[in-house]
Amino acid sequence: MSTATYAGVSVELNDEGFFVDPNQWTKDIAVELAKADGIEELTSQHWTVLEFMRKEYFEKGTGPTVRVLGKTSGVSVKDLYLLFPKGPAKMAARIAGIPKPKGCI
Amino acid sequence: MTKQIVILGGGTGGTLVANRLHKHFKHHRADHDTVQITVVDRDDHHMYQPGLLFVPFGLAQHSEIVRPRKAQLHSGVEFVESGIDHVDKDRDTVVLENGRELAYDVLVIATGAQLAFDETEGLTGPGWNEHVFTFYDIIGATGLETALSEFEGGKLVVNVVDMPIKCPVAPLEFCFLADWYFTERGIRDKVEITYATPLDGAFTKPVASAALSDLLEEKGIHLVTEFNTGEVVGDGDDRKLIGYDGREVPFDLAVIIPMHSGADYVGRSEGLGDDLNFVPTNKATLQTEAKTNIFAIGDATNVPASKAGSVTHFEGEVLVDSIIRFIEHRELQSTYDGHANCFIETGFGKALLIDFNYTTEPLPGHFPTKVGMPLLKESRMNHLGKLMFQWFYWHALLPGRDVPGIGADMPEHGKEHV
Repeated sequence: MSTATYAGVSVELNDEGFFVDPNQWTKDIAVELAKADGIEELTSQHWTVLEFMRKEYFEKGTGPTVRVLGKTSGVSVKDLYLLFPKGPAKMAARIAGIPKPKGCI
Repeated sequence: MTKQIVILGGGTGGTLVANRLHKHFKHHRADHDTVQITVVDRDDHHMYQPGLLFVPFGLAQHSEIVRPRKAQLHSGVEFVESGIDHVDKDRDTVVLENGRELAYDVLVIATGAQLAFDETEGLTGPGWNEHVFTFYDIIGATGLETALSEFEGGKLVVNVVDMPIKCPVAPLEFCFLADWYFTERGIRDKVEITYATPLDGAFTKPVASAALSDLLEEKGIHLVTEFNTGEVVGDGDDRKLIGYDGREVPFDLAVIIPMHSGADYVGRSEGLGDDLNFVPTNKATLQTEAKTNIFAIGDATNVPASKAGSVTHFEGEVLVDSIIRFIEHRELQSTYDGHANCFIETGFGKALLIDFNYTTEPLPGHFPTKVGMPLLKESRMNHLGKLMFQWFYWHALLPGRDVPGIGADMPEHGKEHV
């Protein structure tokens, strides 16, 4: 566990850099996290995905996998990779301030 | 009055649960009522699915691994051969494709997982069943037997498109057996074997993943991790897998494990399944979230355990207890701990054994006690265990017999915590 400061807010992160408490997240934090990950500007499509992920997390207790994102977010898997090149589920989860999606076993 | 228990699916889970329930209700009444058990399946071919791994290498034949479903059910259990249109949970009724309606007091979803070929671009396009195969169904496994026997050298890639899949160790076993197979044929030095997985290691659990990675390396099998297949180009001279991140894995022969989803009728049944048609299910009692009188078992559920026969086997004991309690208006009590075990065939007459549950990952040691079979270590004994298992499957597991030492709860004795 570690603490980091984004957009002037001190937040707790786990060992892999994911938020421990998704309620500490703000849109300003997302902009800063995205920049650090190489996304200069968050477009409306980025925001669609980020908001969808947060909604899913609060409803279901875990963020969606890429496949479920592709089926349900309204953005195709191909486009998801263009938006979040380092792997949509993990990268978008980090920027959206939710824990790493549990995925599958 | 007669209480109706309808079980959808006559595979591993559906069959063993039908037989165990039948055995119980032969001697006990349910709330003064008798109980009728009905199993529905679209065909009468029960496949011993672990046998599919051996077909491509000429080590098993189609006819050896398929038996009639009906013959595996105790007499007194009704078998209905029909596809399922949908479940109407508000009317407690299953509507079959043949138009018949089955009303139930308790419903069990045991229809497993199916292969979602269409979700991967190009997978079943040009080159399918010629240069690109799967061994997860009998057509592919049989076709692969010919393709492997005609393979004279080049690049063989084994690729898992996405999790979850049935038997997550089977693709690794395929790699190990391919290494053995081409060594036996004297052309191993002409074959480059690559295992491409979406996971960040060889397997889902850390200790086993490290052990299996070492084995891959020992056997000269290349490991490509975090590879998410976006497209398969299976024809022409430039055959390759293209990842969503732009990486390419070239091949001469590809063995693909397609994405999996739940049965189509689950998607047609309001309020039953999730986005992938798996059924949200309580991981301890196996009661579904859809309705209290609907239960689910095995690959059809969304519980965070492997989609594997051993999981279904161990879940069966818990599920039967849950259903009996439900019918008798008692509180559900039995809890499934996520216990799974599997033999991992590693070629050259050897195999590994792993044993784990929701909270304990596969560890070294022995199973089920300190003097049992070696865990996470190659041995001849484990290979013989794997071969013997088919007999055990037809004669003990499906009929619902209890086997001493192999129960639903994971044994702790003999495990070495690392």
